[in-house]
Amino acid sequence: MSLLSGVIRRSAPKLLKTFNIRPVTNGVPNLNKKEIEVTFVKHDGTRIKTKGKVGESFLDVVVNNDLSLEGYGACEGTLTCSTCHLVFKKEDFEQLPDRPEGEESDMLELARGVTDTSRLGCQVFLTENMDGIVVEVPESSNDARLQ
Amino acid sequence: MANRLETAQIDIIERLPVPFGLVRFGVAPDHANLKRCVNTFSKTAQLKNVRFMGNITLGKDVTLKQLKEAYHVVLLTYGVDDSRKLDLKGSNLKNIFQAKDFVGWYNGVPWNKDLPVDLSDTTASIFGHGNVAIDIARLLLSPIDKLKSTDITEHSLATFAQSRIKQVHLIGRRGPLQVSFTTKELRELLNLPNCCPIWRPEDMQNVPEIVPKLVKPRKRLTELMVDKFQNRQTPKLDDKQLAMIFHRSPKEFTGSEKVESIKLQINRLEGDDLLDKKAVPTQQDETIATSLVVASIGYKSVQADGDIPFNSQLGVVENQYGKVGKGLYTAGWVAKGASGVLLHTMEHAFGVASVILKDLELEGLGQEKPGFDFVRKVLDERNVQVVTWEDWLKIDEFERNEGKKLNKPREKVVDIEQMLKIAAT
Repeated sequence: MSLLSGVIRRSAPKLLKTFNIRPVTNGVPNLNKKEIEVTFVKHDGTRIKTKGKVGESFLDVVVNNDLSLEGYGACEGTLTCSTCHLVFKKEDFEQLPDRPEGEESDMLELARGVTDTSRLGCQVFLTENMDGIVVEVPESSNDARLQ
Repeated sequence: MANRLETAQIDIIERLPVPFGLVRFGVAPDHANLKRCVNTFSKTAQLKNVRFMGNITLGKDVTLKQLKEAYHVVLLTYGVDDSRKLDLKGSNLKNIFQAKDFVGWYNGVPWNKDLPVDLSDTTASIFGHGNVAIDIARLLLSPIDKLKSTDITEHSLATFAQSRIKQVHLIGRRGPLQVSFTTKELRELLNLPNCCPIWRPEDMQNVPEIVPKLVKPRKRLTELMVDKFQNRQTPKLDDKQLAMIFHRSPKEFTGSEKVESIKLQINRLEGDDLLDKKAVPTQQDETIATSLVVASIGYKSVQADGDIPFNSQLGVVENQYGKVGKGLYTAGWVAKGASGVLLHTMEHAFGVASVILKDLELEGLGQEKPGFDFVRKVLDERNVQVVTWEDWLKIDEFERNEGKKLNKPREKVVDIEQMLKIAAT
């Protein structure tokens, strides 16, 4: 049994930072690999522009750059949680070297708002031709009424 | 919330001396990858304005009224603690268990450690077509070497090592289109080495034809069943067997002391919604032999404190989008019922957090509150030993060290007194 209780010491809450949960990286070290630019768009429209090395997964990029995405990648890239769901643009999705299959599809289908161009961020790896890519991070609540 | 409300002090109050609830006590021992999420949770627990306070029971050591006096916001996330029970003729025979207790036995829930599980005979029957039922079936059918290196409790491992279970019946009251398990879990079960799934053709009748009409994820799940059914094989001599049984509900258990057989009532399905048909009993029944029964037919929560508005029929705290009343909220299974994977519970928690933040912005806080100082006074009067995060780390280290000796990631302490002793060192 657990319950979470909060006591707020000031008269009004101050919304300062966003969630900041950091899973451990699961990629291989890429010391000399080329860096490319990646942009994550959160469901509220916030854009996070960052850099990642070729060969890293999108989950690695989030972890290594300490990006504030709520609960992203809770199982640390082991294909068990689907919290690293990303939506790609159609043209980018078609350029990806593979399609989701097997366990990735099993997991992906549980994610909310899954689309035809959805992937798990832990299964897609950066390539040079992705420089400047923009990916969407879907809303992380399964009940729209809560938003 | 800790990150968005930097000036707030957030205290996580837990009944047991150890954190992580269902990840420690629910997730199967051989699903180590899913347990990695404790790293994410640990980071949250170690944020500057978050504290873990274990070994405090709501409704016993501290009341909801006292918590509301101490804090501006109280969030109930105490999960589910009760299960739907089989109340049938013969259900008090030996070796019939609730899934909750059986899972607690192999996962180290302190009050389930002495469950008298007997695996010395060959057949087991599991009622329920959800992921918990699958976990139990998988553990019963897995090679023992796969379990040895997990964090499964040593006392249950000894029983599994001696197991003579050869056939597991996985029994659901409805059909293949109404099952509750998820694709990944079913795939894992159907692909176990040296284990042959057995299907009854009459259960799968018309199912292949319906697949094209289904949508994801039901479509993929059903495709998997159809594929495994169509490519089914005859079991080899030393194969274990997994019998997939549909349209059956338990009616009566028989046996002299221990359960020996079950009378199953045969159901037919009624209703217009293909995926949510009702099971209606027919006059026919069927009897199968079994030496173990585990019922995994749903969980519900309990009213931990008399002041919690509670729906005992559904077994959930009464709430609207997570809000129970002014300053009182609820999230997770205690709020929405026991279903969904980790992702869904996490999403629900984020949703409720945003409701709380919105309310705080609109309503403000009013007067100052004393926080844990007030709770501490209440606990001191009752002589309760509070287990902090640092104390838990001592238990964690102890468990890891004990595990090392056995080539396991950890050997869980299953005795609350012992946990408290380690915490106090």
